Amino acid sequence: MSLSLRIPTPARLGYSFNWTGRIGLAIILFWAVIAFIGPWLAPYPPGEMVDWDYFGGMSGQYWMGTDYLGRDILSRVLMGARYTVGIALASVVLACAGGVLLGMIAGVVGGWFDTLLSRLLDAFNGIPSLLFGLVVVAAVGSSIPVLIATLAAIYLPGSYRFARALAVNVNTMDFVTVARARGEGFAYLILREIFPNILGPVLADLGLRFVFIVLVLSGLSFLGIGVQPPHADWGALVRENIEGLSLGAPAVVFPSVAIASLTISVNLFIDNLPTRIRDRSE
Amino acid sequence: MLRSATTWLLVGQRLGIAAITLLIVSFAVFFATELLPGDVAEILLGQAATPEAVAGLRTAMGLDEPAIWRFLSWLRGLFTGDLGMSYVNNVQVSDMLAGRLANSLRLAGIVTVICVPVALALGIASAMWRGSWLDRIVSVLTISVISVPEFMVATLAVLIFAVWLGWLPALSFGVEVDSLGAMLRAYAMPVITLSFVVAAQMIRMTRAAVIETVNTPYVEMALLKGASRRRMVLGHALPNALGPIANAVALSLSYLVGGVIIVETVFNYPGVAKLMVDAVSTRDLPLIQSCAMIFCISYLLLITIADVVALLSNPRLRR
Amino acid sequence: MTEALVSVRDLRIGAVTDSGRQVQIIGGVSFDIAPGEIVALIGESGSGKTTIALSLMGHTRTGCAITGGTIRLGRHDVTGMREARRAALRGTEVSYVPQSAAAAFNPSKRIMDQVVEVTEIHRLMPRDQAEAKARDLFRALALPNPDTIGARYPHQVSGGQLQRLSAAMALIGDPSLVIFDEPTTALDVTTQIEVLRAFRAVMDKSAMAGVYVSHDLAVVAQIADRIIVLKGGEIQEEGTTEQILNAPTHPYTRQLLDAFEPVPHVPAASPGGTILEVRGLFAGYGAVRNGEPAAKILDDVSFRLERGRNLGVIGESGSGKSTLARAIAGILPAYRGKVRFDGTDLHPDLAHRSKDQLRRAQIVFQLADTALNPAQSVGAILARPLTFYHGTKGAARDRRVIELLDMVHLPAALRHRLPSELSGGQKQRVNLARALAAEPELILCDEITSALDTVVAAAILDLLKELQRELHLSYMFISHDLSTVEAICDEVLVMLKGKVVEALPATGMRDATHPYSRLLISSIPQLDTGWLKGLEQDPELMAQFMRR
Repeated sequence: MSLSLRIPTPARLGYSFNWTGRIGLAIILFWAVIAFIGPWLAPYPPGEMVDWDYFGGMSGQYWMGTDYLGRDILSRVLMGARYTVGIALASVVLACAGGVLLGMIAGVVGGWFDTLLSRLLDAFNGIPSLLFGLVVVAAVGSSIPVLIATLAAIYLPGSYRFARALAVNVNTMDFVTVARARGEGFAYLILREIFPNILGPVLADLGLRFVFIVLVLSGLSFLGIGVQPPHADWGALVRENIEGLSLGAPAVVFPSVAIASLTISVNLFIDNLPTRIRDRSE
Repeated sequence: MLRSATTWLLVGQRLGIAAITLLIVSFAVFFATELLPGDVAEILLGQAATPEAVAGLRTAMGLDEPAIWRFLSWLRGLFTGDLGMSYVNNVQVSDMLAGRLANSLRLAGIVTVICVPVALALGIASAMWRGSWLDRIVSVLTISVISVPEFMVATLAVLIFAVWLGWLPALSFGVEVDSLGAMLRAYAMPVITLSFVVAAQMIRMTRAAVIETVNTPYVEMALLKGASRRRMVLGHALPNALGPIANAVALSLSYLVGGVIIVETVFNYPGVAKLMVDAVSTRDLPLIQSCAMIFCISYLLLITIADVVALLSNPRLRR
Repeated sequence: MTEALVSVRDLRIGAVTDSGRQVQIIGGVSFDIAPGEIVALIGESGSGKTTIALSLMGHTRTGCAITGGTIRLGRHDVTGMREARRAALRGTEVSYVPQSAAAAFNPSKRIMDQVVEVTEIHRLMPRDQAEAKARDLFRALALPNPDTIGARYPHQVSGGQLQRLSAAMALIGDPSLVIFDEPTTALDVTTQIEVLRAFRAVMDKSAMAGVYVSHDLAVVAQIADRIIVLKGGEIQEEGTTEQILNAPTHPYTRQLLDAFEPVPHVPAASPGGTILEVRGLFAGYGAVRNGEPAAKILDDVSFRLERGRNLGVIGESGSGKSTLARAIAGILPAYRGKVRFDGTDLHPDLAHRSKDQLRRAQIVFQLADTALNPAQSVGAILARPLTFYHGTKGAARDRRVIELLDMVHLPAALRHRLPSELSGGQKQRVNLARALAAEPELILCDEITSALDTVVAAAILDLLKELQRELHLSYMFISHDLSTVEAICDEVLVMLKGKVVEALPATGMRDATHPYSRLLISSIPQLDTGWLKGLEQDPELMAQFMRR
């Protein structure tokens, strides 16, 4: 029991979040729950045309109005949460897991392995993210697994670089030297000595990367090369209904509000994390 | 200022890395577009493809040659300005790009000219009066802008300036550009949108760079010498923050590359990005490749400039 | 008695912690400073000495605020005035010499611009007059090339010179009070002497009063007229320097003084053969070319340590003493030479040593803060070597952890805490206990008492001696502090630029023959107000061994 991995949780170290951070967290949790149970909450089937009028305004029947085909926007936004949050979460977890693992290995091993990997991934970073998405989709076509893989590939190098810098720092600490002098193996050094000490900043970094991924995913969908109809994430909902913009239709406003509420609250939450967790995040 | 040989060596190393990166990027762009999809000839001929027609087209396009050979000749083409023929409308890609590139560069140029002074002033001011109402408003605004997708800033601009206020047309180039006023109106929306996106980044990074130097012991020492807040920030912190700020400016400008793709699409602006998005929908590979390379080169250029500036501004490397 | 220049009454300073809790860091401090008098604020880390000194300028660091009391400086009420008025006092009435001049000089501005800045801010005199005055100060502070040194950038002069330049920066506005905030703590002892001499010379000539903040009684004894002893933000004792040094009344002051008295080391009776022998050791850092690294540090180091005996290694920063410990432990593999442990040659690289070889020689590092994994509990930290070396598990391991804590005089309940919840001394004890868990025969101690306050360090030394008696250990003890080495070692190596210049018995350090060892040993401040004045050092010798 005494050997169990101890993660510095807020409760253990007496952190307190201020109210801005708490509001951020509440909104994040709200959308996370919606992503799970959204389809059961939807008042209408998201794909069904329920109104003869298109770009209908807000009403008691259709809380967020209707879209260009007369579908219920509330239902489509609730369903869209699943795509936006789900795809972004899957990508960010893939990107960070890969990046952190490779980063720790490179940071500890050093030498030519580190140099080669760092150069290669830096070169990858030299491609603007939206452009990378465009090229890949142009090449292999768009589907949800392709989107997840592409987004993860876009953000893996950044996560790698971040984790590597942290790992290099921790690696020079005396407690790692002590463990090495004790004769500990590579896996122990990485998992027990280094990983627990970079976890805080890495999680904060994961949050920031999640925001970037939501932004790029929405951007791709907005350009028509993200989530494909009949499915629609929030970015695709904006694209579908962009014609309604000049009418000021709620159909284009509410998906936008959904995206903004998610990304802004993640940013607020991370900005208000106690500095001891955030201290090395960009 | 004099700099030591090692500094120039490091700068040279940075440039070398950029060149290698460019090579890797071009490799990736070429193979992503050339190798992964199904047969280009089949795509081009569509439903009407007979095996003989496909084979004929393949030979005509040189698709039978080894991939690496095609890559090298493509790369040579890039250097000599021969970007190949568009699959879709049989025009030289370089001809299609020429006017579009000028349009995009003009847009980027105007945005840069507007953003840099505004962002620097706001970034430095909010760092100088940290915690003041100005700082708070700027912080909330910038975090909001960088938290939302570019297309939302664009749609919001349309909602406010075109729909509610009715000052500007929603689409830039649907309207006739016959006078200076009309041209200003045409450029206004894309410029406003892009400026917001880029300036928000730049303000945040500038503010962070100045604050980092404000927290150093030598600025505290200036305080203990009786210096005013102005003198502490402008006289002591700023000279040391110049490198990080220049770095921040170059890095923020690289957001132009992503932003321009969205903005040109939203406003139907006839630039390279719009051309590329259209090319993606028609799968016009030579055009996609060329556009992608243009973006990658400008992006790499900006982040390399940022790197080099950061290097040159390090006072420890000064002789 | 003339009217006091400074009078502080019931000063209270509060701070807000990370978790938003209000704490008081200075609790009701009152004292006076007469014109021209130098008063020392003495205390350990956390005693609030720097906080009090800065408050005399009306300045508190971020998160702190003056919550009560008054500070009067001349005819100014520092606590009652607005920030702009305080700024007008800084540099002209009261000025500040920082702990680290290297950090306090703006790297992008020339030294002269920064030294005369005070005259510019307060419009005291024209620029050429200010520069002439600065050059006079440079001369008075015995700086080399006083006419041209101002044209350099801060990174182009040495640390000792920068420290003196920062004094010039503080003196140029002719303040009535100068605050010295641990100005020699970051310097090597031989450099410290020069700087102290320069400070004394200018303060003796002028009529300025001074506040000298330090943790080192011996340094303060050379410069202060009066000493105020602080602990936990409160005054423990106040008196003239002579009275504090010779007739302290407060038990805490006595404790501080006692820590200075080296307790003579009684060598263990039974030297049982050689435990460690180092022959012709070379080691360094950087890329290896032709079998030699780019930066060579250790240069042909040889010595022998008998079982049950202790070897001290002294030298200034950069002398290679820590590198020696790392090379012996195999953390930094030596590229030439031999390390023999108990009769068998050890492989230079620890990766090729057997688990048992690693177990028998343990290394303990200077900063207990970075030597303990902040994410593991004390129990987990101590349990790991037990499992790793001895395969101890379950209840037996828990018992052994408690035993180890008991050995270093820590309560068993501490095993559930994280390192961040411990004090500096407690961390260093856990650090030691982890080495003991391996059941070693030799412990390499790398500056293990240097980061600790004197009283705590003295307790750790006592613990080391006790452990040695019980467990028949041998220590290799690396330190820059002579009295510590005197207190625990049998033999001492003096190192300079990677070489051993002399090996001496610890009791005979005052009889060193090598000129550098004599310089080094004579530079250690003594608890005697006349020490600096009476100190005769050969200037040629100084020039020969001083770095720059």
